[in-house]
Amino acid sequence: MQALSIRSLAKTYDNGVQALKGIDLDVREGDFFALLGPNGAGKTTAIGIVTSLVTKTSGSVSVFGHDIDRKLELAKSCIGLVPQEVNFNMFEKVFTIVVNQAGFYGIPRPLARERTEKYLRQLQLWEKRDAIARSLSGGMKRRLMIARALVHEPRLLILDEPTAGVDIEIRRSMWEFLRGINAKGTTIILTTHYLEEAENLCRNIAIIDRGRIIEHDSIANVIRKLHQETFVLNFRDAVDRLPELPGFAPRQVDGHTMEVEVSKEQSLNEIFARLSAAGIEVVSMRNKVNRLEELFMRLVEGGTAAQPAGESKT
Amino acid sequence: MNASGAQVQENPRSGARVRWVGYQTIVRREFGRIVRIWGQTVVPPAVTASLYFIIFGSLIGRRIGQMDGFDYMQYIAPGLIMMSVITNSFGNVVSSFFGAKFGKHLEELLVSPLPNWLIVLGYVTGGIMRGLLVGTLVTVVALLFTSLPVAHPLLIVASVILTSVVFALGGFFNAIFAKNFEQISWFPTFVLAPLTYLGGVFYSVSLLPGWAERISYANPILYMVNAFRYGFLGTSDVDVTLAIGITMAAAAIMFAIVVTLMNRGTGIRE
Ligand SMILES: Nc1ncnc2c1ncn2[C@@H]1O[C@H](COP(=O)(O)OP(=O)(O)O)[C@@H](O)[C@H]1O
Ligand SMILES: [Mg+2]
Repeated sequence: MQALSIRSLAKTYDNGVQALKGIDLDVREGDFFALLGPNGAGKTTAIGIVTSLVTKTSGSVSVFGHDIDRKLELAKSCIGLVPQEVNFNMFEKVFTIVVNQAGFYGIPRPLARERTEKYLRQLQLWEKRDAIARSLSGGMKRRLMIARALVHEPRLLILDEPTAGVDIEIRRSMWEFLRGINAKGTTIILTTHYLEEAENLCRNIAIIDRGRIIEHDSIANVIRKLHQETFVLNFRDAVDRLPELPGFAPRQVDGHTMEVEVSKEQSLNEIFARLSAAGIEVVSMRNKVNRLEELFMRLVEGGTAAQPAGESKT
Repeated sequence: MNASGAQVQENPRSGARVRWVGYQTIVRREFGRIVRIWGQTVVPPAVTASLYFIIFGSLIGRRIGQMDGFDYMQYIAPGLIMMSVITNSFGNVVSSFFGAKFGKHLEELLVSPLPNWLIVLGYVTGGIMRGLLVGTLVTVVALLFTSLPVAHPLLIVASVILTSVVFALGGFFNAIFAKNFEQISWFPTFVLAPLTYLGGVFYSVSLLPGWAERISYANPILYMVNAFRYGFLGTSDVDVTLAIGITMAAAAIMFAIVVTLMNRGTGIRE
Protein backbone atom coordinates (compact mmCIF):
# COMPACT_ATOMS: atom_id res chain seq x y z
CA MET A 1 0.00 0.00 0.00
CA GLN A 2 1.18 3.51 -0.78
CA ALA A 3 0.97 5.85 2.16
CA LEU A 4 1.30 8.76 -0.20
CA SER A 5 1.04 8.93 -3.93
CA ILE A 6 1.48 12.16 -5.86
CA ARG A 7 1.03 12.55 -9.62
CA SER A 8 1.96 15.54 -11.83
CA LEU A 9 1.42 17.91 -8.95
CA ALA A 10 1.86 21.54 -9.88
CA LYS A 11 1.40 24.76 -7.99
CA THR A 12 1.58 28.31 -9.18
CA TYR A 13 1.00 30.90 -6.46
CA ASP A 14 -1.11 33.96 -7.11
CA ASN A 15 2.03 36.06 -7.51
CA GLY A 16 3.09 33.86 -10.43
CA VAL A 17 5.77 31.82 -8.61
CA GLN A 18 5.78 28.28 -9.96
CA ALA A 19 6.59 26.44 -6.75
CA LEU A 20 5.94 22.94 -8.12
CA LYS A 21 6.34 22.06 -11.77
CA GLY A 22 4.66 18.67 -11.92
CA ILE A 23 6.09 16.28 -9.35
CA ASP A 24 5.54 12.55 -8.88
CA LEU A 25 6.18 10.92 -5.55
CA ASP A 26 5.45 7.57 -3.95
CA VAL A 27 5.94 6.66 -0.34
CA ARG A 28 5.25 3.13 0.78
CA GLU A 29 3.43 2.33 3.98
CA GLY A 30 5.90 1.93 6.84
CA ASP A 31 8.61 3.87 5.06
CA PHE A 32 10.83 6.51 6.61
CA PHE A 33 11.07 8.96 3.77
CA ALA A 34 13.04 12.16 3.26
CA LEU A 35 12.12 15.00 0.97
CA LEU A 36 15.39 16.81 0.62
CA GLY A 37 15.98 20.11 -1.06
CA PRO A 38 17.35 23.60 -0.63
CA ASN A 39 15.27 26.54 0.57
CA GLY A 40 12.59 27.51 -1.88
CA ALA A 41 12.65 24.10 -3.60
CA GLY A 42 8.93 23.57 -2.97
CA LYS A 43 8.97 21.20 0.01
CA THR A 44 6.57 23.17 2.19
CA THR A 45 4.30 23.78 -0.78
CA ALA A 46 4.11 20.04 -1.51
CA ILE A 47 3.31 19.27 2.11
CA GLY A 48 0.82 22.11 2.23
CA ILE A 49 -1.08 20.58 -0.66
CA VAL A 50 -1.06 17.10 0.88
CA THR A 51 -2.43 18.49 4.15
CA SER A 52 -4.85 20.84 2.34
CA LEU A 53 -3.34 24.05 3.68
CA VAL A 54 -2.46 25.04 0.12
CA THR A 55 -4.66 24.55 -2.94
CA LYS A 56 -3.09 22.77 -5.88
CA THR A 57 -3.05 24.10 -9.42
CA SER A 58 -3.16 20.65 -11.02
CA GLY A 59 -2.29 17.02 -10.42
CA SER A 60 -3.50 14.48 -7.91
CA VAL A 61 -2.68 13.34 -4.40
CA SER A 62 -3.88 10.31 -2.53
CA VAL A 63 -3.20 9.29 1.04
CA PHE A 64 -3.58 5.59 1.80
CA GLY A 65 -5.65 5.35 -1.35
CA HIS A 66 -7.94 8.25 -0.47
CA ASP A 67 -7.88 10.86 -3.20
CA ILE A 68 -7.88 14.34 -1.66
CA ASP A 69 -10.34 15.58 -4.26
CA ARG A 70 -12.91 12.94 -3.48
CA LYS A 71 -12.21 11.59 -0.01
CA LEU A 72 -10.64 14.57 1.68
CA GLU A 73 -11.89 13.84 5.17
CA LEU A 74 -10.59 10.27 5.13
CA ALA A 75 -7.28 11.39 3.69
CA LYS A 76 -6.90 14.05 6.36
CA SER A 77 -7.72 11.72 9.22
CA CYS A 78 -4.70 9.57 8.25
CA ILE A 79 -2.20 12.42 8.54
CA GLY A 80 -0.47 14.10 11.44
CA LEU A 81 1.40 17.29 10.53
CA VAL A 82 4.31 19.00 12.26
CA PRO A 83 4.58 22.25 10.32
CA GLN A 84 7.76 24.16 9.64
CA GLU A 85 6.63 27.15 11.64
CA VAL A 86 5.04 27.27 15.05
CA ASN A 87 1.29 27.46 14.58
CA PHE A 88 -0.39 26.90 17.89
CA ASN A 89 -2.18 29.52 19.91
CA MET A 90 0.57 31.11 21.99
CA PHE A 91 -1.88 31.99 24.75
CA GLU A 92 -3.23 28.51 25.32
CA LYS A 93 -1.90 25.94 27.73
CA VAL A 94 0.19 23.05 26.49
CA PHE A 95 -2.37 20.47 27.62
CA THR A 96 -5.28 22.35 26.06
CA ILE A 97 -3.56 22.59 22.70
CA VAL A 98 -3.00 18.86 22.46
CA VAL A 99 -6.31 17.72 23.92
CA ASN A 100 -8.25 20.03 21.60
CA GLN A 101 -6.40 18.74 18.56
CA ALA A 102 -7.53 15.23 19.50
CA GLY A 103 -11.07 16.61 19.63
CA PHE A 104 -10.75 18.05 16.13
CA TYR A 105 -10.07 14.49 14.97
CA GLY A 106 -13.17 13.26 16.74
CA ILE A 107 -11.52 11.60 19.73
CA PRO A 108 -13.89 11.73 22.73
CA ARG A 109 -12.68 13.80 25.66
CA PRO A 110 -11.75 11.04 28.14
CA LEU A 111 -9.64 9.21 25.57
CA ALA A 112 -8.26 12.53 24.35
CA ARG A 113 -7.01 13.31 27.85
CA GLU A 114 -5.33 9.91 28.16
CA ARG A 115 -3.62 10.31 24.83
CA THR A 116 -2.54 13.84 25.64
CA GLU A 117 -0.89 12.63 28.82
CA LYS A 118 0.76 9.75 26.97
CA TYR A 119 2.30 11.91 24.26
CA LEU A 120 3.20 14.83 26.51
CA ARG A 121 5.09 12.35 28.69
CA GLN A 122 6.79 10.76 25.69
CA LEU A 123 7.96 14.16 24.54
CA GLN A 124 9.03 15.24 28.00
CA LEU A 125 6.46 17.97 28.22
CA TRP A 126 4.24 16.59 30.96
CA GLU A 127 5.78 18.88 33.56
CA LYS A 128 4.91 21.78 31.30
CA ARG A 129 1.30 20.79 30.75
CA ASP A 130 -0.10 23.88 32.46
CA ALA A 131 2.41 26.29 30.98
CA ILE A 132 1.26 28.88 28.48
CA ALA A 133 2.63 27.86 25.08
CA ARG A 134 4.38 31.17 24.57
CA SER A 135 6.65 30.48 27.54
CA LEU A 136 8.16 27.32 26.03
CA SER A 137 11.66 27.21 24.59
CA GLY A 138 12.14 26.63 20.86
CA GLY A 139 12.88 22.93 21.30
CA MET A 140 9.84 22.47 23.52
CA LYS A 141 7.61 24.22 21.02
CA ARG A 142 8.80 21.81 18.37
CA ARG A 143 8.11 18.86 20.67
CA LEU A 144 4.68 20.23 21.49
CA MET A 145 3.88 20.23 17.78
CA ILE A 146 5.02 16.62 17.54
CA ALA A 147 2.79 15.60 20.46
CA ARG A 148 -0.08 17.46 18.84
CA ALA A 149 0.50 15.69 15.53
CA LEU A 150 0.57 12.27 17.20
CA VAL A 151 -2.38 12.59 19.52
CA HIS A 152 -4.80 11.08 17.00
CA GLU A 153 -2.25 8.36 16.22
CA PRO A 154 -2.03 9.01 12.49
CA ARG A 155 -0.79 6.39 10.06
CA LEU A 156 1.32 8.99 8.29
CA LEU A 157 3.37 11.54 10.19
CA ILE A 158 4.70 14.45 8.14
CA LEU A 159 7.35 16.73 9.61
CA ASP A 160 8.45 19.86 7.77
CA GLU A 161 12.06 20.60 8.73
CA PRO A 162 11.61 19.34 12.28
CA THR A 163 15.20 19.92 13.27
CA ALA A 164 15.86 23.27 11.63
CA GLY A 165 17.37 25.53 14.23
CA VAL A 166 17.46 23.03 17.09
CA ASP A 167 20.76 22.13 18.67
CA ILE A 168 22.61 18.89 18.03
CA GLU A 169 21.59 17.22 21.26
CA ILE A 170 17.88 17.83 20.81
CA ARG A 171 18.21 16.83 17.18
CA ARG A 172 19.67 13.46 18.13
CA SER A 173 16.99 12.73 20.71
CA MET A 174 14.34 13.71 18.21
CA TRP A 175 15.86 11.28 15.71
CA GLU A 176 15.75 8.56 18.33
CA PHE A 177 12.12 9.29 19.04
CA LEU A 178 11.13 9.30 15.38
CA ARG A 179 12.92 6.01 14.78
CA GLY A 180 10.86 4.49 17.59
CA ILE A 181 7.60 5.78 16.14
CA ASN A 182 8.53 4.45 12.72
CA ALA A 183 9.53 1.07 14.14
CA LYS A 184 6.04 0.76 15.60
CA GLY A 185 4.54 1.14 12.15
CA THR A 186 3.91 4.81 11.51
CA THR A 187 4.99 5.97 8.07
CA ILE A 188 7.13 9.09 8.36
CA ILE A 189 7.92 11.73 5.77
CA LEU A 190 10.25 14.52 6.73
CA THR A 191 11.66 17.41 4.82
CA THR A 192 15.13 18.56 5.49
CA HIS A 193 18.05 20.24 3.90
CA TYR A 194 20.60 18.19 5.76
CA LEU A 195 21.76 15.13 3.86
CA GLU A 196 23.17 13.84 7.13
CA GLU A 197 19.70 13.78 8.63
CA ALA A 198 18.21 11.88 5.70
CA GLU A 199 21.15 9.48 5.72
CA ASN A 200 20.76 8.80 9.42
CA LEU A 201 17.05 8.26 9.50
CA CYS A 202 15.54 7.46 6.19
CA ARG A 203 15.34 4.51 3.85
CA ASN A 204 14.08 6.33 0.80
CA ILE A 205 14.49 9.81 -0.45
CA ALA A 206 13.31 12.24 -3.05
CA ILE A 207 15.40 15.23 -3.92
CA ILE A 208 13.58 18.31 -5.00
CA ASP A 209 15.03 21.42 -6.55
CA ARG A 210 13.24 24.40 -8.07
CA GLY A 211 9.91 22.65 -8.12
CA ARG A 212 11.14 19.43 -9.75
CA ILE A 213 12.00 16.04 -8.32
CA ILE A 214 15.52 15.27 -9.53
CA GLU A 215 16.05 11.96 -7.70
CA HIS A 216 13.65 9.44 -6.20
CA ASP A 217 15.50 6.42 -4.92
CA SER A 218 16.78 4.60 -1.87
CA ILE A 219 19.18 6.55 0.32
CA ALA A 220 21.89 3.99 -0.38
CA ASN A 221 21.64 4.50 -4.13
CA VAL A 222 21.60 8.23 -3.83
CA ILE A 223 24.65 8.27 -1.61
CA ARG A 224 26.41 6.04 -4.10
CA LYS A 225 25.55 8.37 -6.96
CA LEU A 226 26.71 11.27 -4.90
CA HIS A 227 30.13 9.77 -4.34
CA GLN A 228 30.61 8.98 -7.96
CA GLU A 229 32.16 11.04 -10.68
CA THR A 230 31.46 10.64 -14.34
CA PHE A 231 34.50 11.00 -16.59
CA VAL A 232 34.32 11.57 -20.30
CA LEU A 233 37.35 10.27 -22.22
CA ASN A 234 38.15 11.14 -25.82
CA PHE A 235 40.22 8.80 -28.00
CA ARG A 236 42.53 9.73 -30.89
CA ASP A 237 41.28 6.96 -33.16
CA ALA A 238 37.81 5.56 -33.45
CA VAL A 239 37.38 2.46 -31.30
CA ASP A 240 35.07 -0.40 -32.24
CA ARG A 241 35.00 -2.23 -28.99
CA LEU A 242 36.15 -1.19 -25.56
CA PRO A 243 38.36 -3.56 -23.63
CA GLU A 244 37.10 -5.20 -20.45
CA LEU A 245 37.29 -2.79 -17.51
CA PRO A 246 36.57 -4.92 -14.42
CA GLY A 247 34.82 -2.96 -11.68
CA PHE A 248 33.63 -0.26 -14.07
CA ALA A 249 30.61 0.11 -16.30
CA PRO A 250 31.81 2.23 -19.20
CA ARG A 251 29.47 3.50 -21.88
CA GLN A 252 30.62 4.13 -25.38
CA VAL A 253 29.00 7.34 -26.55
CA ASP A 254 30.51 7.16 -30.04
CA GLY A 255 33.72 5.85 -31.64
CA HIS A 256 35.82 8.55 -30.01
CA THR A 257 34.08 8.99 -26.70
CA MET A 258 33.54 6.93 -23.58
CA GLU A 259 31.83 7.75 -20.31
CA VAL A 260 32.55 5.96 -17.07
CA GLU A 261 31.45 6.34 -13.45
CA VAL A 262 34.22 6.24 -10.91
CA SER A 263 33.58 6.19 -7.23
CA LYS A 264 35.84 8.18 -4.96
CA GLU A 265 37.66 5.04 -3.72
CA GLN A 266 38.44 3.73 -7.17
CA SER A 267 41.57 4.62 -9.10
CA LEU A 268 41.77 5.83 -12.67
CA ASN A 269 45.12 4.08 -13.26
CA GLU A 270 43.36 0.81 -13.84
CA ILE A 271 41.30 2.29 -16.65
CA PHE A 272 44.29 3.86 -18.33
CA ALA A 273 46.34 0.69 -18.04
CA ARG A 274 43.64 -1.38 -19.72
CA LEU A 275 43.10 1.17 -22.44
CA SER A 276 46.86 1.43 -23.19
CA ALA A 277 47.14 -2.34 -23.29
CA ALA A 278 44.40 -2.34 -25.89
CA GLY A 279 46.29 0.28 -27.89
CA ILE A 280 43.75 3.02 -27.30
CA GLU A 281 45.20 6.48 -26.94
CA VAL A 282 43.35 8.94 -24.69
CA VAL A 283 43.76 12.51 -25.89
CA SER A 284 41.60 14.33 -23.38
CA MET A 285 39.48 13.78 -20.34
CA ARG A 286 36.99 15.89 -18.40
CA ASN A 287 34.58 15.13 -15.62
CA LYS A 288 30.93 15.68 -16.10
CA VAL A 289 28.99 17.86 -13.73
CA ASN A 290 27.40 15.74 -11.03
CA ARG A 291 23.99 17.33 -10.66
CA LEU A 292 23.53 15.82 -7.25
CA GLU A 293 26.87 16.92 -6.01
CA GLU A 294 26.28 20.36 -7.40
CA LEU A 295 23.00 20.50 -5.55
CA PHE A 296 24.61 19.41 -2.32
CA MET A 297 27.33 21.99 -2.74
CA ARG A 298 24.59 24.57 -2.85
CA LEU A 299 22.89 22.98 0.14
CA VAL A 300 26.08 23.10 2.13
CA GLU A 301 26.84 26.67 1.16
CA GLY A 302 23.56 27.43 2.76
CA GLY A 303 19.98 28.00 1.93
CA THR A 304 19.43 31.15 -0.02
CA ALA A 305 22.27 30.65 -2.47
CA ALA A 306 20.17 27.87 -3.94
CA GLN A 307 17.32 30.17 -4.77
CA PRO A 308 17.26 31.06 -8.43
CA ALA A 309 17.56 34.79 -8.84
CA GLY A 310 14.41 36.59 -9.78
CA GLU A 311 12.12 33.72 -8.90
CA SER A 312 11.39 34.78 -5.39
CA LYS A 313 9.89 38.07 -4.50
CA THR A 314 11.62 40.20 -1.95
CA MET B 1 0.79 -3.94 10.92
CA ASN B 2 0.27 -0.51 12.33
CA ALA B 3 0.91 -0.86 16.02
CA SER B 4 1.02 2.76 17.11
CA GLY B 5 -1.64 3.99 14.76
CA ALA B 6 -4.01 2.16 17.03
CA GLN B 7 -7.28 2.72 15.30
CA VAL B 8 -7.47 2.81 11.57
CA GLN B 9 -9.58 5.86 10.94
CA GLU B 10 -11.51 4.49 8.00
CA ASN B 11 -14.46 3.14 9.90
CA PRO B 12 -14.47 2.92 13.68
CA ARG B 13 -15.76 6.35 14.54
CA SER B 14 -18.45 7.30 12.11
CA GLY B 15 -18.31 10.67 10.41
CA ALA B 16 -21.20 11.98 12.49
CA ARG B 17 -19.51 11.06 15.75
CA VAL B 18 -16.23 12.69 14.68
CA ARG B 19 -18.10 15.84 13.74
CA TRP B 20 -20.05 16.01 16.94
CA VAL B 21 -16.90 15.68 19.05
CA GLY B 22 -15.12 18.18 16.78
CA TYR B 23 -17.95 20.69 17.10
CA GLN B 24 -17.97 20.38 20.88
CA THR B 25 -14.24 20.93 20.91
CA ILE B 26 -14.45 24.14 18.89
CA VAL B 27 -17.23 25.42 21.11
CA ARG B 28 -15.31 24.51 24.23
CA ARG B 29 -12.25 26.32 22.91
CA GLU B 30 -14.30 29.41 22.06
CA PHE B 31 -15.83 29.41 25.51
CA GLY B 32 -12.38 29.03 27.02
CA ARG B 33 -11.24 32.06 25.06
CA ILE B 34 -14.16 34.20 26.25
CA VAL B 35 -13.43 33.27 29.83
CA ARG B 36 -9.64 33.58 29.51
CA ILE B 37 -9.84 37.14 28.27
CA TRP B 38 -12.98 38.15 30.17
CA GLY B 39 -11.49 41.58 30.76
CA GLN B 40 -11.83 42.21 27.04
CA THR B 41 -14.88 40.12 26.29
CA VAL B 42 -17.47 40.73 28.99
CA VAL B 43 -16.41 43.60 31.21
CA PRO B 44 -16.27 46.47 28.69
CA PRO B 45 -19.75 45.83 27.25
CA ALA B 46 -21.24 45.67 30.73
CA VAL B 47 -19.57 48.96 31.66
CA THR B 48 -20.73 50.62 28.44
CA ALA B 49 -24.29 49.44 29.00
CA SER B 50 -24.30 50.75 32.56
CA LEU B 51 -23.17 54.16 31.29
CA TYR B 52 -25.98 54.22 28.76
CA PHE B 53 -28.53 53.40 31.43
CA ILE B 54 -27.17 56.08 33.77
CA ILE B 55 -26.97 58.80 31.13
CA PHE B 56 -29.87 58.09 28.78
CA GLY B 57 -32.09 56.28 31.20
CA SER B 58 -31.78 58.12 34.50
CA LEU B 59 -30.42 61.56 33.62
CA ILE B 60 -31.84 62.38 30.21
CA GLY B 61 -34.67 59.87 30.23
CA ARG B 62 -36.48 61.71 33.02
CA ARG B 63 -36.80 64.73 30.74
CA ILE B 64 -37.90 62.67 27.74
CA GLY B 65 -40.84 61.14 29.52
CA GLN B 66 -42.71 58.29 27.89
CA MET B 67 -42.19 56.55 24.58
CA ASP B 68 -44.87 54.27 23.13
CA GLY B 69 -46.47 54.32 26.58
CA PHE B 70 -43.40 53.13 28.50
CA ASP B 71 -40.78 54.86 30.62
CA TYR B 72 -37.89 55.87 28.40
CA MET B 73 -35.63 53.61 30.42
CA GLN B 74 -37.91 50.66 29.81
CA TYR B 75 -38.18 51.56 26.15
CA ILE B 76 -34.43 51.63 25.52
CA ALA B 77 -33.55 48.63 27.70
CA PRO B 78 -34.40 45.98 25.06
CA GLY B 79 -32.62 48.08 22.43
CA LEU B 80 -29.48 48.35 24.54
CA ILE B 81 -29.53 44.63 25.31
CA MET B 82 -29.89 43.85 21.62
CA MET B 83 -27.12 46.30 20.76
CA SER B 84 -24.75 44.50 23.09
CA VAL B 85 -25.78 41.12 21.66
CA ILE B 86 -25.09 42.38 18.14
CA THR B 87 -21.68 43.91 18.88
CA ASN B 88 -20.52 40.99 20.97
CA SER B 89 -21.61 38.18 18.66
CA PHE B 90 -19.93 39.99 15.82
CA GLY B 91 -16.89 40.96 17.85
CA ASN B 92 -16.30 37.50 19.22
CA VAL B 93 -16.20 35.77 15.88
CA VAL B 94 -14.31 38.47 14.04
CA SER B 95 -11.52 38.59 16.58
CA SER B 96 -11.36 34.90 17.32
CA PHE B 97 -11.38 33.77 13.71
CA PHE B 98 -9.12 36.53 12.49
CA GLY B 99 -6.81 35.85 15.43
CA ALA B 100 -6.69 32.18 14.43
CA LYS B 101 -5.86 33.15 10.86
CA PHE B 102 -3.27 35.69 11.89
CA GLY B 103 -1.69 33.47 14.55
CA LYS B 104 -1.81 30.51 12.14
CA HIS B 105 -3.54 28.24 14.65
CA LEU B 106 -6.47 28.08 12.26
CA GLU B 107 -4.27 25.47 10.57
CA GLU B 108 -5.08 23.14 13.47
CA LEU B 109 -8.63 23.06 12.16
CA LEU B 110 -7.78 23.18 8.48
CA VAL B 111 -5.70 20.00 8.61
CA SER B 112 -8.34 18.18 10.66
CA PRO B 113 -11.08 16.12 9.02
CA LEU B 114 -13.79 18.57 10.10
CA PRO B 115 -15.79 20.02 7.19
CA ASN B 116 -15.92 23.77 6.70
CA TRP B 117 -19.59 24.15 7.53
CA LEU B 118 -18.89 22.62 10.92
CA ILE B 119 -16.02 25.00 11.57
CA VAL B 120 -18.33 27.90 10.73
CA LEU B 121 -20.99 26.46 13.02
CA GLY B 122 -18.48 26.13 15.85
CA TYR B 123 -17.35 29.75 15.63
CA VAL B 124 -20.92 30.97 15.26
CA THR B 125 -21.85 29.08 18.41
CA GLY B 126 -18.99 30.86 20.14
CA GLY B 127 -20.43 34.18 18.95
CA ILE B 128 -23.90 33.25 20.23
CA MET B 129 -22.43 32.30 23.61
CA ARG B 130 -20.71 35.62 24.01
CA GLY B 131 -23.74 37.51 22.72
CA LEU B 132 -26.03 35.77 25.17
CA LEU B 133 -23.58 36.07 28.04
CA VAL B 134 -23.16 39.81 27.59
CA GLY B 135 -26.86 40.24 26.77
CA THR B 136 -27.74 38.56 30.06
CA LEU B 137 -25.28 40.74 31.92
CA VAL B 138 -26.73 43.90 30.39
CA THR B 139 -30.23 42.67 31.26
CA VAL B 140 -29.13 42.30 34.87
CA VAL B 141 -27.71 45.84 34.78
CA ALA B 142 -30.98 47.09 33.24
CA LEU B 143 -32.96 45.49 36.04
CA LEU B 144 -30.95 47.52 38.55
CA PHE B 145 -32.39 50.66 36.98
CA THR B 146 -35.87 49.65 35.91
CA SER B 147 -38.29 46.77 35.65
CA LEU B 148 -39.05 44.93 32.45
CA PRO B 149 -42.33 43.25 31.60
CA VAL B 150 -42.15 40.02 29.61
CA ALA B 151 -44.90 39.89 27.00
CA HIS B 152 -43.72 37.05 24.73
CA PRO B 153 -40.84 35.03 26.23
CA LEU B 154 -40.43 32.71 23.24
CA LEU B 155 -40.12 35.65 20.91
CA ILE B 156 -37.41 37.11 23.13
CA VAL B 157 -35.41 33.91 22.93
CA ALA B 158 -35.97 33.40 19.21
CA SER B 159 -35.10 36.93 18.20
CA VAL B 160 -32.00 37.17 20.36
CA ILE B 161 -30.60 33.86 19.08
CA LEU B 162 -31.39 34.59 15.44
CA THR B 163 -29.86 38.02 15.69
CA SER B 164 -26.68 36.72 17.25
CA VAL B 165 -26.44 34.06 14.52
CA VAL B 166 -26.67 36.75 11.84
CA PHE B 167 -24.00 38.93 13.41
CA ALA B 168 -21.73 36.05 14.34
CA LEU B 169 -21.81 35.13 10.64
CA GLY B 170 -21.17 38.78 9.81
CA GLY B 171 -18.09 38.64 12.00
CA PHE B 172 -16.95 35.50 10.21
CA PHE B 173 -17.42 37.17 6.85
CA ASN B 174 -15.39 40.17 7.97
CA ALA B 175 -12.61 37.94 9.36
CA ILE B 176 -12.33 35.95 6.11
CA PHE B 177 -11.54 39.08 4.14
CA ALA B 178 -9.52 40.93 6.75
CA LYS B 179 -5.79 41.11 6.13
CA ASN B 180 -4.83 43.06 9.22
CA PHE B 181 -6.27 44.22 12.50
CA GLU B 182 -7.36 47.53 11.03
CA GLN B 183 -9.70 45.72 8.70
CA ILE B 184 -11.48 44.01 11.54
CA SER B 185 -12.38 47.31 13.17
CA TRP B 186 -13.48 49.00 9.96
CA PHE B 187 -16.80 47.23 9.57
CA PRO B 188 -17.92 47.53 13.20
CA THR B 189 -17.06 51.23 13.26
CA PHE B 190 -18.37 52.37 9.90
CA VAL B 191 -21.25 50.00 9.24
CA LEU B 192 -22.36 48.16 12.32
CA ALA B 193 -22.35 51.04 14.79
CA PRO B 194 -24.29 53.51 12.57
CA LEU B 195 -26.86 50.88 11.62
CA THR B 196 -27.30 49.97 15.25
CA TYR B 197 -27.63 53.54 16.51
CA LEU B 198 -30.06 54.33 13.70
CA GLY B 199 -31.88 51.02 14.16
CA GLY B 200 -34.41 52.23 16.70
CA VAL B 201 -32.43 51.42 19.81
CA PHE B 202 -33.03 54.84 21.37
CA TYR B 203 -36.25 55.94 19.72
CA SER B 204 -39.35 54.83 17.90
CA VAL B 205 -38.91 55.47 14.19
CA SER B 206 -42.47 56.81 14.11
CA LEU B 207 -41.00 59.96 15.68
CA LEU B 208 -38.83 60.57 12.62
CA PRO B 209 -39.84 62.72 9.65
CA GLY B 210 -41.45 60.66 6.88
CA TRP B 211 -38.36 60.28 4.67
CA ALA B 212 -36.12 59.24 7.58
CA GLU B 213 -38.71 56.74 8.73
CA ARG B 214 -38.88 55.21 5.25
CA ILE B 215 -35.10 54.92 5.05
CA SER B 216 -35.03 53.29 8.46
CA TYR B 217 -37.15 50.44 7.19
CA ALA B 218 -34.25 49.40 4.96
CA ASN B 219 -32.13 48.79 8.04
CA PRO B 220 -32.24 45.12 9.06
CA ILE B 221 -31.22 45.94 12.61
CA LEU B 222 -34.44 47.89 13.05
CA TYR B 223 -36.40 44.66 12.59
CA MET B 224 -34.27 42.73 15.04
CA VAL B 225 -34.43 45.39 17.74
CA ASN B 226 -38.17 45.75 17.32
CA ALA B 227 -38.92 42.05 17.41
CA PHE B 228 -36.91 41.80 20.59
CA ARG B 229 -38.59 44.83 22.14
CA TYR B 230 -41.96 43.40 21.21
CA GLY B 231 -41.05 40.28 23.19
CA PHE B 232 -40.69 42.40 26.33
CA LEU B 233 -43.05 45.33 25.90
CA GLY B 234 -45.52 44.07 23.32
CA THR B 235 -44.89 47.16 21.20
CA SER B 236 -43.13 47.38 17.86
CA ASP B 237 -42.55 49.70 14.88
CA VAL B 238 -42.63 46.78 12.47
CA ASP B 239 -44.55 43.60 11.78
CA VAL B 240 -42.93 41.04 14.10
CA THR B 241 -43.52 38.06 11.82
CA LEU B 242 -41.83 39.93 9.01
CA ALA B 243 -38.97 40.80 11.37
CA ILE B 244 -38.39 37.17 12.31
CA GLY B 245 -38.68 36.14 8.66
CA ILE B 246 -36.10 38.70 7.56
CA THR B 247 -33.70 37.65 10.30
CA MET B 248 -34.04 33.97 9.44
CA ALA B 249 -33.49 34.64 5.76
CA ALA B 250 -30.45 36.79 6.57
CA ALA B 251 -29.01 33.98 8.70
CA ALA B 252 -29.50 31.36 5.98
CA ILE B 253 -28.02 33.54 3.23
CA MET B 254 -25.03 34.56 5.34
CA PHE B 255 -24.35 30.95 6.30
CA ALA B 256 -24.38 29.86 2.66
CA ILE B 257 -22.05 32.69 1.65
CA VAL B 258 -19.58 32.08 4.45
CA VAL B 259 -19.41 28.32 3.87
CA THR B 260 -18.93 28.86 0.13
CA LEU B 261 -16.06 31.24 0.80
CA MET B 262 -14.49 28.74 3.17
CA ASN B 263 -14.84 25.94 0.61
CA ARG B 264 -13.13 28.12 -1.96
CA GLY B 265 -10.36 28.81 0.50
CA THR B 266 -10.86 32.57 0.25
CA GLY B 267 -8.61 34.32 2.71
CA ILE B 268 -7.50 31.10 4.37
CA ARG B 269 -5.67 28.94 1.83
CA GLU B 270 -2.91 30.01 -0.55
N1 LIG C 1 2.40 31.97 -0.08
C1 LIG C 1 3.26 32.08 -1.10
N2 LIG C 1 3.02 32.98 -2.07
C2 LIG C 1 3.89 33.10 -3.09
N3 LIG C 1 4.99 32.38 -3.25
C3 LIG C 1 5.27 31.46 -2.32
C4 LIG C 1 4.42 31.27 -1.19
N4 LIG C 1 4.95 30.29 -0.41
C5 LIG C 1 6.08 29.90 -1.03
N5 LIG C 1 6.28 30.60 -2.17
C6 LIG C 1 7.40 30.42 -3.12
O1 LIG C 1 7.33 29.12 -3.61
C7 LIG C 1 8.63 28.54 -3.70
C8 LIG C 1 8.70 27.28 -2.88
O2 LIG C 1 8.58 27.61 -1.52
P1 LIG C 1 8.48 26.51 -0.37
O3 LIG C 1 7.50 25.49 -0.76
O4 LIG C 1 8.25 27.21 0.91
O5 LIG C 1 9.95 25.87 -0.41
P2 LIG C 1 10.75 25.06 0.71
O6 LIG C 1 9.80 24.61 1.75
O7 LIG C 1 11.37 23.95 -0.03
O8 LIG C 1 11.77 26.01 1.25
C9 LIG C 1 9.60 29.63 -3.25
O9 LIG C 1 10.08 30.28 -4.39
C10 LIG C 1 8.74 30.54 -2.43
O10 LIG C 1 9.23 31.86 -2.49
MG1 LIG D 1 9.85 24.94 3.74
